[in-house]
Amino acid sequence: MSIFVNENTKVIVQGLTGGQGKYHGLRNRDYGTNVVAGVTPGKGGQDVEGIPVFDSVAEAVAATGADASFVAVPPKAAPAAILEAAGAGVGFVVCITEGIPAQDEAHVYNTLVSDFPGTRLLGPNCPGIISPGKCNIGITAGEIAQAPSASGPNVGIVSRSGTLTYQALYELKQKGIGVSTCVGIGGDPVPGTNFIDCLREFEADPETHAMIMIGEIGGSAEEEAAEFIRSNVTKPMSAYIAGVTAPPGKKMGHAGAIVSGGKGTAQGKMDALADAGVKVGLNPTEAGELMAQIVAGLG
Amino acid sequence: MDLFEYQGKQYFARYDIPVSPGDKADTVDEAVAAAEAAGYPVVVKAQVQVGGRGKAGGIKLADNADEVREHAGNILGMDIKGHTVHRLWVEHASDIDEEYYASFTLDRAAKKHLLMLSAEGGVEIEAVAERDPDAIVKLHIDPTVGLDAATARQAAIDARIPERALDGCADILVKLYRCFTEGDCDLAEINPLILKPTGEVHALDAKVTLDGNAEFRHPEWAEYSATEVLDDREQLAKTHDLQYIGLDGTVGIIANGAGLAMSTLDVVNQVGGSAANFLDIGGGANADVMAAALEVINFDQNVASIFINIFGGITRGEEVAKGIVEALSRVQLRAPIVIRLDGTNAEEGRQILADAGIDESVLRSEPTMLAAARTAVALAQN
Repeated sequence: MSIFVNENTKVIVQGLTGGQGKYHGLRNRDYGTNVVAGVTPGKGGQDVEGIPVFDSVAEAVAATGADASFVAVPPKAAPAAILEAAGAGVGFVVCITEGIPAQDEAHVYNTLVSDFPGTRLLGPNCPGIISPGKCNIGITAGEIAQAPSASGPNVGIVSRSGTLTYQALYELKQKGIGVSTCVGIGGDPVPGTNFIDCLREFEADPETHAMIMIGEIGGSAEEEAAEFIRSNVTKPMSAYIAGVTAPPGKKMGHAGAIVSGGKGTAQGKMDALADAGVKVGLNPTEAGELMAQIVAGLG
Repeated sequence: MDLFEYQGKQYFARYDIPVSPGDKADTVDEAVAAAEAAGYPVVVKAQVQVGGRGKAGGIKLADNADEVREHAGNILGMDIKGHTVHRLWVEHASDIDEEYYASFTLDRAAKKHLLMLSAEGGVEIEAVAERDPDAIVKLHIDPTVGLDAATARQAAIDARIPERALDGCADILVKLYRCFTEGDCDLAEINPLILKPTGEVHALDAKVTLDGNAEFRHPEWAEYSATEVLDDREQLAKTHDLQYIGLDGTVGIIANGAGLAMSTLDVVNQVGGSAANFLDIGGGANADVMAAALEVINFDQNVASIFINIFGGITRGEEVAKGIVEALSRVQLRAPIVIRLDGTNAEEGRQILADAGIDESVLRSEPTMLAAARTAVALAQN
């Protein structure tokens, strides 16, 4: 099992004929992902290395039965692309685009909630999702992800940061620990999918036995996750929060990573998670080691 | 991007929010000219992006040109909490009956817009929130629905704003909301929002933070980025289009990815050092980007060692290594580099660095993030 995607997921790539879309779309296919179509308005009828391109998501879905979309288009076009996918009935949309205005993001999020409750958005500004050996949508390098073992225990990863997601995958791979699914929720202020959405799925997934959560400064998503964990998560967890030394008032690269008015500090988040029973590491390696101990205990 | 008060007021004026007539001034003479145009009495206000200007003596009332000269002369060049005053805003002084507070932000937890409104303005809203949370009305607004005048008026009633100010308040709230949404603000705040004896409601201050991601649809923002408060290092980084934030420490940091860069700062701190900067070179760690990053780090006189922390995902280790070797041939560094290269093709990358025959006093490699941090901190402290 895995969460959100599996070996049967059929993926279209919105922006397949563009630089990013082509590069990552083809990498995803090479990994074994079922990439069934591309969408670029005005380029219907073409193909990208054998993948048929359609003018609209609706046409691509009608022709291929796709149930997921990978949005790899620039910030100006991404909000409309996400809503187009939702309008065409796509149930899972992954948007890697960085730099979408916060107003547009809030608008898209609330439009999905009110008009397209059947669509889950992952991102924007996220590395995507990988269920090792089954499906990889986004920009994660598949080779650093350890496939889950049939006997377990396997770990689920959820992270707000791209490179730290890779770091977590890598730490587990070096320890030979399988990953059920790794979800990068992205570093923007209004992510379509949050920690809680992922933790709920991991908790229910029989193939996931423990979870690593990687957060960062800004907002209160980690504190909310801690509340959720306290009463809803029975599986053991480790965590790492980036940005202990980040100065207030400065955006640390991600649009969402900012400590303001004394809120959103790393320490506050670490304390909240520790209070909820999560083993909190002071750096990614330590979080990986804590997970290795957890997994050994589950053995 | 944070705006200065005068820029915020000019931005408000674009959305028809009433502000006092006034002008910016960089010299005493300009201040007098601005005062004459605005009409006495005037308020002379220091333009710095920090709170507590009034207490620091950065806001003064003037009844005539002599007083403007005196105050402008005192305030220009003044240091307010580490910010030097280079510019003033001179505006006509308003008669004030009452002071309110209004702001719009994005509530990240609720994923909706948030109006905060209070009849107790003119003081820090955090202080009001602590003393009397009920004095602040918080109203969530669905971005797909927006804010109409009736809803805004009800919010003003709920905030116990008096009858005679309700229409004026509602009108400003609707305009401020438009400024917040169409104007792509992260924050649009008026404190104080004042009621004049004449019954008019108007913005006496302006605090605006713009969402940098929306710059592509706001050509009018170009003038704001020109006045953005950056130190020399940040200015140089900006010319290279690098994600850089200057800090006070001695270990220069280069990492790929914002999360990893933040994490690198943390690890350096954990082993007893302090970072000189935050620098995320993103996924494109090629020679040009690496050379530019090293140039910016090298410019910082406080830097005593450089920690390059790369995790190869899509970015491949050998590309990074080639980039560093080439960058080293272009930039003469003052401080030694410690590199941690991990992830995709890290072995190949380390081999390239080893084969390049770079002296250990210039560059050394460490297998883990923690080991590299320790070495970089030790070098910085020698």
